[in-house]
Amino acid sequence: MSEMKNMLWLQSGGCGGCSLSLMCAESPNLYSALELANIRLVSHPSLNQASGRETVKILEDALSGELRIDIFCIEGSIMFGPHGSGRFHMASGFDNKPMKDLISELAHVSDYVMAVGSCAAFGGITAGGLNEAEARGMVFDGDIRGGLLGKNFLSRAGLPVINLSGCPIHPDWVMETLYQIAADSLSHSDLDSFYRPRFLSNRLVHHGCSRNEFYEFKASAQNLCEQGCLMENIGCKGTQAAGDCNIRPWNGSGSCITGGYPCIACTEPGFEEPGHAFLQTPKIAGIPVGLPTDMPKAWFVALASLAKAATPKRLSVNAVSEQITYAPKSKGKEE
Amino acid sequence: MSKLIVGPFNRVEGDLKVNLTIKNDTVQRAEVVSPLYRGFEQTLQGRDPSDALIYVPRICGICSISQSIAAARALAAVQNLTVPHNGLYSQNIILAAENAADHLTHFYMFFMPDFAREIYQDEPWHDKIHTRFRALRGTAGKEFLKARAEFFHLVGLMGGKWPHTLSLQPGGVTRALEKQELFKLKAIVAAMRHFLEQTLFACSLEEFNSLKNETELENLAERNGDFQSFYRISKPLNLHKLGRAYDRFMSYGVENGNKAQFFKAGLFQNETIEQLNTALITEDVSHSWMRHATKPLHPFDGQTLPASEDNGGYSWCKAPRMDGQPVEVGALARHLINRHPLIEDLIAQYGGTVHTRVIARLLEVSLLLPQMEDWIEQIIPTETFCHHPEGGYEDGEGFGLVEAARGSLGHWLKVKNGQIANYQIIAPTTWNFSPRDQNEIMGPLEKALLSTPVREGETEPVAVQHIVRSFDPCMVCTVH
Ligand code: SF4
Ligand code: SF4
Repeated sequence: MSEMKNMLWLQSGGCGGCSLSLMCAESPNLYSALELANIRLVSHPSLNQASGRETVKILEDALSGELRIDIFCIEGSIMFGPHGSGRFHMASGFDNKPMKDLISELAHVSDYVMAVGSCAAFGGITAGGLNEAEARGMVFDGDIRGGLLGKNFLSRAGLPVINLSGCPIHPDWVMETLYQIAADSLSHSDLDSFYRPRFLSNRLVHHGCSRNEFYEFKASAQNLCEQGCLMENIGCKGTQAAGDCNIRPWNGSGSCITGGYPCIACTEPGFEEPGHAFLQTPKIAGIPVGLPTDMPKAWFVALASLAKAATPKRLSVNAVSEQITYAPKSKGKEE
Repeated sequence: MSKLIVGPFNRVEGDLKVNLTIKNDTVQRAEVVSPLYRGFEQTLQGRDPSDALIYVPRICGICSISQSIAAARALAAVQNLTVPHNGLYSQNIILAAENAADHLTHFYMFFMPDFAREIYQDEPWHDKIHTRFRALRGTAGKEFLKARAEFFHLVGLMGGKWPHTLSLQPGGVTRALEKQELFKLKAIVAAMRHFLEQTLFACSLEEFNSLKNETELENLAERNGDFQSFYRISKPLNLHKLGRAYDRFMSYGVENGNKAQFFKAGLFQNETIEQLNTALITEDVSHSWMRHATKPLHPFDGQTLPASEDNGGYSWCKAPRMDGQPVEVGALARHLINRHPLIEDLIAQYGGTVHTRVIARLLEVSLLLPQMEDWIEQIIPTETFCHHPEGGYEDGEGFGLVEAARGSLGHWLKVKNGQIANYQIIAPTTWNFSPRDQNEIMGPLEKALLSTPVREGETEPVAVQHIVRSFDPCMVCTVH
């Protein structure tokens, strides 16, 4: 087994939801998982015994090198506002220190740096609207390089900031990345161009979606709570968003789509500003603007119209029903 | 006279700092500081109203469901949309799951570890508490995390994922349930019931729920549950005398014509329960880092404009007032206003203190589970779960109220030209951790901290820690 690793976790301009989601880790539970991976959580805002000065001491020891930080996790957007001052988020327990400065200093003394959630990775929801908060990610500001740490930051282990996007993250995304770090096995080639683990972005959310059969025949839901495909009318971005949400159950069995609502591409930079209402599919001449990633438009149009013509009644009716109206025809002989 | 800045507070949700002035080993003055501002209300201006349901749950990772429900109710009010039977019960069940999980997370992960501190090492109970409840390594943490994660399967099934589920909509929920799934839900609730009865209360929920006064509670004190581990040390540590605020309590109840009304609405002051009038709510920004308004405003007209310079305020939090007065919100307020005999007895004896707040929160968990079982029974899978609006949003205004785990949460919304023209949020901890107002009236926590004893040499006064956490603050909601 590799040596025990010290992990330090801070929260900035986020909602804490990534930590709360992480606490839903299963098989094994979060504490057992960390213990088994030989990771020692030296500080976490919601989980550690220490508070106040004891916490500040831990942070100071980390900065001075007294305490080795192997893994530094940051959750929440980095707050630059107002006017670049960082005053929207001052670090408690420090004299007049904006949180963004503390985060930057800690990133520079850590072996691995992990941005947990889309806020820390890209700015996320906190960067929505006019972004008066001046919220950014660690390395990215939306999809542009230009976050807190500059374009070319490498942590002491020689890796860029690992971006575990998602709003919130799936607990397994964090744990499976941590397991690799703990075993000294995570390398640059395991990350994509947004520095997300490839296991997260190698598939589209669409893959394994429980509504695939409806998608095949373009049998679409007209309203939320209906069973059909959510792409044509209700804004689903599953065909464009990185994620394994439909082959890795959330909270036991769920996913956004099994919950009855569309994927809003929360793993992608800039998801907070889609340029249209989230629950609408923008269309030109009746054809959705956001076509599936890597699908030529002409093909999509041709296949869609063919599929629509061939849709079995079972699917066209079920697509606009809350419950199954038509079951598949049974193979057995019916009297 | 000495000054002490306490913070950052770990094991609370979000960022918190408290400035104390201390004399003769007691707190003379407290200022509660919320150091993080994100600006959700500003971000929502000008958006499509339905986008609120994407934004507001992300105010808070611990009570995202409550934020969604408040928004859904405000949107439904604007559209005159009703929620069908199934939609209502589904919403109730999902909200109850979050509230119960939050209370338990508070008890096991945030509150109890304080008693494992070194300062208590000479107490006869310390070893036992330390083994069971110390943060990260205590035996309770793992057991609870497992039970909690399995309990959230209920939200996975009914809402896709937690937190930040989009299934809660103005017209109901987006997930219709099939018959066999109702049995699965019941099994999930039954597993949590088992954990509570075996591990937390060491008695049946029904037995706990029917307690009438503290004497009856004392009769359970020798049993071997985690609740009892708290209960046995609470009075010896004077927690029943610690952290008393104004004893003025508020609950919004469930106000959407819910047949299965569980929480009643009301205002408790001067030892009586009065009717609630939300038109009397205002927010004051005289001590906030907000651009100063001339007078406190009702949230329909409220503004959230951060001051670009330090303006002499001390928190990003505003000061909400009910008819000009601060009020305390949370489980204690709810069950006092619901007139649960045990809570009435505790309030009559001690008022709102650390002791009573913690008991009320756990009592609520015990009351919620049987209620959830009943609500699951009410669902009729052959009927609809969601009503849909006809057409888009017309101009109008509406508000949505909900009782979140930590207390009363309200969203106030104005729609103009199909867009959000104003959106104002007052969260539970905004009430409890409010700064002073223009009349220098303190917020509930500021009041509760007065006269708190500080032991010699303490830099993180342990009594202050207990009082702060007894409110189960959620700072990300507070300022949003
Ligand atoms: S990424 Fe989403 S869930 Fe995570 S902290 Fe940000 S808002 Fe919360
Ligand atoms: S389905 Fe889409 S919106 Fe939902 S969690 Fe996955 S990537 Fe995010």
